[in-house]
Amino acid sequence: MTRSAAMFKELDAVGARHREVLRPNLLKRALTLAAMALALVAFIGGFAWLEFSWTRIWNGLSQLGSIAKLMMPPSYASEDQLFNWIKALGETLAIAFLGTLLAAIIAFPLSFLAARNVMAQRVIHFMSRRSFDTIRAVDPLIWALVWTNVVGLGPFAGILAIMTSDIGSFGKLFSEAIEAADQKPVEGVVSTGGSHVEAVRFGLVPQVLPVILSQVLYYFESNTRSATIIGIVGAGGIGLHLSEQIRTLEWQHVSLIVLMILVTVAVIDFLSSRLRFAIIGRRG
Amino acid sequence: MARSITIPTDDRLKPHLAAYASIERSRRLTTLIGVALLAGATVLAGWMGEVNLELFWSRIGEFGNYIGRLFFLSNGKAVITDVYGGEDSWFWGFFYWLKKIGETLVIAYLGTVLGFIGGFLLCFFAAANLTPAPWMLFVTRRYLEFCRTVPEIVFALIFVVAFGLGPIPGVLAIGIHTTGALGKLFSEVAENIDMKPVEGLASTGGSWAETMRFAAVPQVLSNFVSYTLLRFEINVRSAAIMGFVGAGGIGQDLIESIRKFYYSDVSAILLLLVITVIIIDMATERVRHSLISHEGRA
Repeated sequence: MTRSAAMFKELDAVGARHREVLRPNLLKRALTLAAMALALVAFIGGFAWLEFSWTRIWNGLSQLGSIAKLMMPPSYASEDQLFNWIKALGETLAIAFLGTLLAAIIAFPLSFLAARNVMAQRVIHFMSRRSFDTIRAVDPLIWALVWTNVVGLGPFAGILAIMTSDIGSFGKLFSEAIEAADQKPVEGVVSTGGSHVEAVRFGLVPQVLPVILSQVLYYFESNTRSATIIGIVGAGGIGLHLSEQIRTLEWQHVSLIVLMILVTVAVIDFLSSRLRFAIIGRRG
Repeated sequence: MARSITIPTDDRLKPHLAAYASIERSRRLTTLIGVALLAGATVLAGWMGEVNLELFWSRIGEFGNYIGRLFFLSNGKAVITDVYGGEDSWFWGFFYWLKKIGETLVIAYLGTVLGFIGGFLLCFFAAANLTPAPWMLFVTRRYLEFCRTVPEIVFALIFVVAFGLGPIPGVLAIGIHTTGALGKLFSEVAENIDMKPVEGLASTGGSWAETMRFAAVPQVLSNFVSYTLLRFEINVRSAAIMGFVGAGGIGQDLIESIRKFYYSDVSAILLLLVITVIIIDMATERVRHSLISHEGRA
């Protein structure tokens, strides 16, 4: 007891010696509290604006409980239907794969326009940046709606939708990778008499290619997820079947489709992350 | 200062050149196999995805036309000639759309806060170094995986059935998906913290909750806030399409005007949406940078 008392006495002494360090920063604390209070007020105000009501939440939750019960066990109506779903999953993968590939092929040359160290012309650099931002701000699902108006319903519209929205993302990511590249190889090529194009081809491209490849693979993973829902607006893939089964309240079918999506996404994630590490590991 | 370089004789160079050639050959082979696989996958995917280049070339002009039509009013005048004013002007529904975009932002905000709360509470259980028990690690990780793999719009579709049409299912759907996404990122941050404060508190008899509060949270909080802001940007985009399935926000009006071919409405709503998204992106980026520089000073 006496020992701990001595420790506490020591504590006071320590406190007295380092008052500067231990003094609470009142301004910082007040700012933090104010930010938290603001967030809380916005949170409550937001719910009030959206006409949130506890009875509705309560009823919804009990509904959700009975839906969850109805989902068990996952099942399908006929072999044909199951086969159709598997085919739709294949379609989903095709949409993600081709969409990502086409976007990468188109965005690669364009990204050089948006890279400050390649494109000295500031206006072009600025314009291409803003165009990428604009394309990116529109969700793939909206692009899918636009493309279904052009090429009709079906997976082709999905491919074009994923492609369009990813041109925006890739353009931004690739140009950032190019800007982050080491300038010395470029200067080296120029110093030995290489042209501007040769400097980019032999000084820049070998540096950015592995980075770009791993980003493309990463986006392929993420696009597999986007492609599962793109069918909701009629642009092919499993999403069409999923939304159909939800709208007709076939909950056992819904749970099976969700399960199939989860397994597919997990497999793709596994394969693609293996491949990604292989690429980075081999070159890095 | 003269320096001479001795050039190795041919027979001494030979093994090296052979080794170089064989490495080059195997690299070329790897590239070739990669390209072949890619080409095969492309053909297969093209077949599965019903790619129809003929259709594409015959209709590609239609895409340009479509984009072009977005900039003409229903009476045939260019949108720019009648931006705001009467019933037929480009931004005839400006204040209504603005309100709907406000609703979209509120959905994104509430979903983000719910996801932050969920992710914050769960991440300590899902971090290998902090979890109280291995089975909790397994359970929370699988739960978070489930939350982030199922797309939010699928949650929204199901919630619309359970909760009825309106923004509330949208909020909950985004909240659940964000819980999964942030929970994973948060737990990765928590796995990289300095364990000394945690051990120090545990050694002085602190409970698990106290240890987390005073040893882990101060180390991770600024990172958490930065990730949450990033997620908010993403959620604004998702909230904009929640209306496609009846879960509130501007998406409802957007899909209606696309389906009914109200071209100038589509361009007006998209323009407002793009501007909103860009403003949100810029604002959160500023806050994030100031957070990071704050971190650097401390």
